[in-house]
Amino acid sequence: MSKVNIKIEGVPYQVEAGLTILEAAKACGYEIPSLCTFNHGECSQGSCRVCLVEATGARGLVASCVYPIAEGMEITISSPKASEARRSSVELLLSNHSKNCQECDKNGKCELLHVAQLTGARENVYEGSKTPVSIDRLTPSIKRDTSKCILCGRCIARCKNAHGLSVLGFERRGFKTIVAPAEDRSFADSPCILCGQCTTVCPTGALMEVSEIEKIDAAFKAGKYVVVQTAPAVRAAIGEEFDMPIGTLATGKMVAALKRLGFKKVFDTNFAADLTIMEEANELLGRVKNGGVLPMITSCSPGWINYAEYYYGDLLDHLSSCKSPHEMFGAILKTYYAQKIGVDPKDMFVVSIMPCTAKKFEKERPELGHDGLADVDAVLTTRELGKLIKRAGIRFTKLPDEEFDNDIVGEYSGAGVIFGATGGVMEAALRTAAAVLNGQELEHVELQEVRGLEGIKEATYNLGGLEVKVAVAHGMKNAKVLLDQIREGKSPYHFIEIMGCPGGCVSGGGQPYVKPCFLPNEEDNILDTYRAKRAAALYREDESKPIRVSHKNPQILDLYKEFLGEPNSHLAHELLHTHYNPNRKRF
Amino acid sequence: MAQLSEAAVKRINEICDKYASEKTPLMMILSDIQKEYGYIPLDVQEIVSERTGISVAEIYGVVTFYSFFSLKPKGKFVIGCCLGTACYVKGAQQVIDKFSEILGIHPGETTEDGLFTLDALRCIGACAISPAIKINGKVYPKVAVSAVPGIIEEYKKEAKA
Repeated sequence: MSKVNIKIEGVPYQVEAGLTILEAAKACGYEIPSLCTFNHGECSQGSCRVCLVEATGARGLVASCVYPIAEGMEITISSPKASEARRSSVELLLSNHSKNCQECDKNGKCELLHVAQLTGARENVYEGSKTPVSIDRLTPSIKRDTSKCILCGRCIARCKNAHGLSVLGFERRGFKTIVAPAEDRSFADSPCILCGQCTTVCPTGALMEVSEIEKIDAAFKAGKYVVVQTAPAVRAAIGEEFDMPIGTLATGKMVAALKRLGFKKVFDTNFAADLTIMEEANELLGRVKNGGVLPMITSCSPGWINYAEYYYGDLLDHLSSCKSPHEMFGAILKTYYAQKIGVDPKDMFVVSIMPCTAKKFEKERPELGHDGLADVDAVLTTRELGKLIKRAGIRFTKLPDEEFDNDIVGEYSGAGVIFGATGGVMEAALRTAAAVLNGQELEHVELQEVRGLEGIKEATYNLGGLEVKVAVAHGMKNAKVLLDQIREGKSPYHFIEIMGCPGGCVSGGGQPYVKPCFLPNEEDNILDTYRAKRAAALYREDESKPIRVSHKNPQILDLYKEFLGEPNSHLAHELLHTHYNPNRKRF
Repeated sequence: MAQLSEAAVKRINEICDKYASEKTPLMMILSDIQKEYGYIPLDVQEIVSERTGISVAEIYGVVTFYSFFSLKPKGKFVIGCCLGTACYVKGAQQVIDKFSEILGIHPGETTEDGLFTLDALRCIGACAISPAIKINGKVYPKVAVSAVPGIIEEYKKEAKA
């Protein structure tokens, strides 16, 4: 790698060639305030002008996030000229911003406020007209408020990178420019899959999840029997809301916090992940034996389901009919469990803590319920759980480690835990399918071939004499490759796992924000490593579990013996399976 | 919005295919469609999106960025008033205001009878003859406010003929 010599504030440094001034300065120990740039150029429009510096050889000030370094360049960050220019840029952004910061859900995590503080922005320096505002609160998942948008374009870049086509784009021009789905429509009237990836990169409160904390307050007030379940990915990230390092496994403290928040029972969605595996592995075996539609595709990710319904309505027969795990759990809690503990299901209120914004939409699907009751009543993101814990004054990091409830349901295997990482559902299903088909347990349950962050992973396993070809994709850009193969009749696979978000649920749209400017103690390339770090936490929990295959979870076996009969039984179909809608309009 | 005719869908796909080997074909495709149909509604943008793999949001962004593209059908006669610097100092604002007043539409709108669209243009390169206007490509030099009613009548007559 060739090096170039530069000077920053008069001090000589040797840095890698090809870097931008912003990156070079960071490597030399300087943090230049910046807003629109994100993740090594994933988004770098150079449009916000917050990172202006002086550089020799350039005319005027330059946007350090896009301006490349050159041999002999002398960079000045702290001169009054550069400092005042950066301050003016921020003040101009603030002049077209709805400044109700104290009521904004982004309060405390807002990068605009952060740079306002760094640059010393003054109050109301520029007064004048404001861009006409457009607010979208029609979906249960994501809200959009252009009065807080700084037109950085990060959301557009993320949507495109994750899913191939961006639902969001710049619209109109000049002062009237907004970021919106085409025609400034609601997400509800556009082909948005509600994955929430845009909310994880938005620097301000322009794109956020729709909070359901008030619904939970109302349920408590109404004296409901409020139970909570947490998805596997939540434990691998909730610690970050309390400044714990990325990759901290906080299962015990999370359970302790939920118990202190007044939930009657605190369950692990992993129990239902094990149940999903029983249903899904048996569905796969059935399809293989009876010449059913193959490849079969997993159905745990509601973002992916939305995408399938919008873009691949002709392939819905390939989707497993299994509900997603938290929906299965809701159905079991409001039937089997309610009966066992003598609670009227009408009085039960099931809350799911999920790493996901699409789950908020999913729970409102009319087909996901039973006897007029929704399987799940409220979905909170990991971020909302963080808020709930802070609101209650709980010192999260000081909590003891406590155990999930597992009186009748709730016990889980290591296979359930890894659902939160891309490849996890595949690995869990193969562990069980191998045991059923081979008649004996796998010697090594860790299937490395389907782990990791490769966009598309494939592997072949010999199960009961049958060569089973599998593939795993995450993010719709990758999924599209496998789906187009199926459409063309060229798919070599039997079983495919698809997750909506890149990296799977650990980096879902409802997970804590990973914003380097707020994480001074994490390594510089944290945006490259956080997905793997969170996944590693889940694999650690898997390793620590005495039972690592779903079909050996004793409570799952009891559930079948006492209630459901056998996997894919009539009752199992009624409670645990669903159907999809091929006619959802894109526009 | 009415369903697009099969012929229109076919034609739009043809236009897209014409530029299939271009690296950045969008502007050319949209220009051709604008010229041929006079506007580019959302369902046409969707067809372009499917054919080119460019997202509808991006296409919509381009269509709303350039004033040359229109989301709604334009009138039979498109009156473009130059509001560039030279025309502006020579009183172009009064000229466009007069058109606005007589036709009863704002710049960017089309009269209900579908006859006239009024557009505000930036410099059309006719500064020497400012203030200038352009109607369906024909340039009118040094347009006085008092000449506006006569110009409108001229086209109304042409429409009847």
